[in-house]
Amino acid sequence: MSSSKIFLCRCEDVTVDEFRAAFGEGFTELESLKRYTGVSTGFCQGKGCLCEAARELARLRGIPEQDMKPTTIRPPGEPLTFGQLAALDIPAPETPPGEEP
Amino acid sequence: MIPLHNEPVPASADAVVVGAGVNGLAAAYELARRGMCNIVVVEKNYLGSGSTGRCGGGIRQQWTTEENIRLAKESVDLYENMATELGYQVFFRQGGYLMITEREEDLPALRNATALQNRCGVATEFLTPRDCLEIVPDLNISELKGATFCPTDGTAYPFAVVWGYARACHRHGVKIFIRTTLTGVEITAGRVTGVTTDRGRIATPVLVNCAGPWARSLAGMVGVDLPNRQERHEIMVSESLKPFLDPMVISITNGIYFSQSMRGEIVGGIGDPTEPKWDRPEQFGFHSGLRFAVRFARELTRLYPRAAQVRMMRQWAGAYDVTPDHRPILGGVADPTGYYHICGFSGHGFMLGPMAGRHMARLITTGESDPLITSLSLDRFAAGDLQADAFVVG
Repeated sequence: MSSSKIFLCRCEDVTVDEFRAAFGEGFTELESLKRYTGVSTGFCQGKGCLCEAARELARLRGIPEQDMKPTTIRPPGEPLTFGQLAALDIPAPETPPGEEP
Repeated sequence: MIPLHNEPVPASADAVVVGAGVNGLAAAYELARRGMCNIVVVEKNYLGSGSTGRCGGGIRQQWTTEENIRLAKESVDLYENMATELGYQVFFRQGGYLMITEREEDLPALRNATALQNRCGVATEFLTPRDCLEIVPDLNISELKGATFCPTDGTAYPFAVVWGYARACHRHGVKIFIRTTLTGVEITAGRVTGVTTDRGRIATPVLVNCAGPWARSLAGMVGVDLPNRQERHEIMVSESLKPFLDPMVISITNGIYFSQSMRGEIVGGIGDPTEPKWDRPEQFGFHSGLRFAVRFARELTRLYPRAAQVRMMRQWAGAYDVTPDHRPILGGVADPTGYYHICGFSGHGFMLGPMAGRHMARLITTGESDPLITSLSLDRFAAGDLQADAFVVG
């Protein structure tokens, strides 16, 4: 099958060709490719596509797959409605790590 | 467009800009446009990875100090022509900013700010709560006391702005190095003479500090003491929806702001008065918390009840580089010469950065300074003549 018809990210309709084209435009980092193509920013939040995107980028850059790092994983793990979130108690402020200001 | 990570930096440059966010790239682009050659931008992560790419993308002219209003108005003019100038779609949309308050005692400040903005040529209007329904029909106005609206305020996609500037920089011969960290600054007889990076040394007479939350640490390397403090701020996006919300809605009562991006997502955040102020970003993490998500969701669903059914997709955090008067620090210093900073935007670098870069390029290449820029120099803190902007939200 032609890579123009293979979807890398099904939520955001990103094909393998589009991902490669973005790499060709200079987006050589997974973090930047995520933001330029929309890969992994849809409803599954990357669960269905981030590994495959990282694998494709490793191929494009000619580096071993195991050297690829995923993008930062953002909460919530599953999308929640604002109504669900608003019903929760407000957690106390956390004490940040490091020195006090 | 951007060299891959294994290239060494050039041995010399006419200017080194630190930071590839909106400020650094706009400054590099404007310097190149004025004919400066051999400009190098050094970015320790990726394009827009600092504050620009983490921001809400808002661009407003509703401020309480004349400098911020003037700089923001010039920036809006620039944003209106940015796509054409850079040859790149930056998704700038002028849906206006609706600034609301639920406190009677804020109304005089909103009226005064409206009058000052009108004097500066910004068409802000004062609105009653009922007027707000014409702009945002489903807004819950039961607790609202008043609002101001400026129709030419708007939003843009921060990464697109960064990429647009990066491409324009590239066309002008600017070299951008990502994943490259500044490790030292060389100063000889009171002049900047070079910088060292983890990919080699660059001899340069000009160093432009556009490091955002890291600007204070970088200034420390050249012996300049900035009063900037860093604060963690959180933000989120929802799933994409059909267009339903024209303006950015922003509350000066509790610091919530939300708008709809051109991709359809609700983008919004809320300030947290319990967040400490720090001296260096290394003292805190850019982690996201449930506290933010719950506080934001409660305020959003209170002000805009229909949002209760909408799903939040993801949240993240960034840092504000905050000055004592909430206005940026622009210009150079007496010692060392050749060092300049474009920093301290206090959460508003995305909206003011393009114009700050243009003014600063003029100062760096000609030595001429707009009075507006002179008034934003570091000296003002020593002089003790501070006029803080009251409308810092988020």
